[in-house]
Amino acid sequence: MSALRGRDTGARASRAGLRGRPGLVTDYARDQAIWNTPAKKAWTLALVVVVLASPAPMYLSRDLTSLLTTVFIYAIGGIGLNLVTGYAGQVSLGHAFFLGLGAYTAAFFGGESTATLHGLGLELWVWLPMAGIVPAVVGFAVAPLAARVRGLYLAILTLGLLFVGEHVFKEARSFTGGAGIGRAPAEPVIGGFDLYARHTVLGVELPRETLFYYLCFALLIVLGVAARNLARTKTGRAFAAVRDRDVAAEIMGVPLLKTKTLAFTLSSFYAGIAGALLTVVWGRTTPENWNLFLSVEFLAVILIGGVATISGSIMGAAFVVLMPRLVESLAPHVPLIAGRVGEPGLLTVFQLQGMLFGALIVAFLVLEPRGLFGLWLRVRNYWKAWPFSY
Amino acid sequence: MEELIASVVRGLGIGSTYALIAVGFVIVYRATDVVNFAHPALMILGAYYTSWFTFTVGLPFVLAVPAAMVSVAVLAALCERIAMRPMVGEPPFAAAMVTVGVFFVLFVLAFRLIGTTVITMGDPWGLERVTVLGVRLFQVDLAKTVIALVAIGAVAAFLKRSRIGLAMRATALDQEVAMAQGVKVGRVFGLSWAIAGATAGLAGMLIGTAAGGVEPVTALVALKALPVIILGGLDSVEGTVPAGIAIGIAESLTRTYQPAYAPWLGANVDVVVPYLIMILVLMVRPYGIFGTRQVQRI
Repeated sequence: MSALRGRDTGARASRAGLRGRPGLVTDYARDQAIWNTPAKKAWTLALVVVVLASPAPMYLSRDLTSLLTTVFIYAIGGIGLNLVTGYAGQVSLGHAFFLGLGAYTAAFFGGESTATLHGLGLELWVWLPMAGIVPAVVGFAVAPLAARVRGLYLAILTLGLLFVGEHVFKEARSFTGGAGIGRAPAEPVIGGFDLYARHTVLGVELPRETLFYYLCFALLIVLGVAARNLARTKTGRAFAAVRDRDVAAEIMGVPLLKTKTLAFTLSSFYAGIAGALLTVVWGRTTPENWNLFLSVEFLAVILIGGVATISGSIMGAAFVVLMPRLVESLAPHVPLIAGRVGEPGLLTVFQLQGMLFGALIVAFLVLEPRGLFGLWLRVRNYWKAWPFSY
Repeated sequence: MEELIASVVRGLGIGSTYALIAVGFVIVYRATDVVNFAHPALMILGAYYTSWFTFTVGLPFVLAVPAAMVSVAVLAALCERIAMRPMVGEPPFAAAMVTVGVFFVLFVLAFRLIGTTVITMGDPWGLERVTVLGVRLFQVDLAKTVIALVAIGAVAAFLKRSRIGLAMRATALDQEVAMAQGVKVGRVFGLSWAIAGATAGLAGMLIGTAAGGVEPVTALVALKALPVIILGGLDSVEGTVPAGIAIGIAESLTRTYQPAYAPWLGANVDVVVPYLIMILVLMVRPYGIFGTRQVQRI
């Protein structure tokens, strides 16, 4: 076993040879490591250090903190969709349904019972895992159905599941509050300690959103590393084999049904967690929130970010969540764009946001199908070869 | 009994409109192997143009409808040329996502043009009824059925009889072989989108006719054509008619009888009935009822 991994000889030799030759890989274990290049390690470390060391919630306005929290949550949901659509190649338009299911599961376990709504009033360490597990079970149940069809048929099937799911949400009034009414999210409370209240640490009063911001970031890191680790295991390679050619994968002994079911189950788990966290930021959510447009937004996260990459999912989430805000703040300086409803102008900000969103999906697919991750690869390769252009 | 006949006729009206929308999906799918998610937006723009030509330009309704169809056809051909032509040879999923992008751009355009109001078509039948064999029926249901079926018949005849239709069928079979035979494949793509656009425009008028009217979010109704094409087969123009009518009647009967016989299913179940039927069909026959069976080569 140790010889196979190259612990004794290979690793030592490569570590000595690593300095100045970062691309040198002398054994399989290193090639398949989670952080297989120094750049990856450096970027991950930089992200963690920057987010943890800079007290962003302290000097950003409260809505910007919420926006960054939303980025982390979208990244979690995006990684989930990437597992099933990016890694395993099964297009899902039903992601929003699993997000909603997670949200209402959390609201059921974490919310208080009222005259019209069921609720258990439990704490975060119960409702957050349940928000992942219940959608995962439902995903596991519908996966055999989804595994029967491929390609665009699957996209249409999952679209159907989404519409049926929305109807169920609207009718399950004692759990979701019903159409147009919705219900309040679960309270993020751990051991009687409310994350969403004002706290004073070392004499400094923290804004309300601070602790939840860090919780979402921590979850993103844990779930992101877990997904990256999964992608390099036997299961992850099975996903890729099914994506690239399902017939060939089956002949090589990859069980199609089992692999696709696992992909759907894991994806639903991530979606459920993301949905539960998302309601806490959004506040009250109605069944209409979990619609086709949300699904398309998550597809945009992975298409703009980069299919089958974790870092791409995070970049895509940042792009999709922050872009409308950026447009909004730039709009007053652009002619022909009306900042507010009723102002004269060719388009309002919301219309511009919608159009840009659509145009960017088209532009990325036509010009750079690898997404933002692909742009990064281009920049990296340019500087790697610099000053030569080849 | 009268209630039953009335709801079956209403189902015929809805169903043939769905079939007409589905024909647009099928034509584009046959030519380019892409499910055109921009189709709903084209449909809503068709409704807008009909309304605009009738009320703003002042054309009579009979002329406004063809004018709207031509406008949407030109717009659809433009979309194909700008956004879809570069996607030739790319995986179908990427191309389908491009149509989602096109949908968003056109949808915003529709919002910009229509605003938050509900527009009407200025159609001649309105809410009037007619008595056929002792049953009082809405004129609009009959008009929908006749117009949609005639339009589908015209498209099918065009594909079967004309030289260009032959070129389109050749392209659907094999793009490269068709090209080698002298078919201008690019032009076929453009024409397919234009025909799809024209049928979408007509369908938009039919959806917005009579009491309903159209607002931008009505576009999502066009997605009900997806169960129709699953049932009828993604590549079958003829299959859309029985599939569309079956789904339309199922939806209409659900709306009439579900509140009395199965109230526990909740309100507005008829909206999801097409999708439920589709899921059931896909469980039994993953390639639809009339669709070509997918053959996997190794």
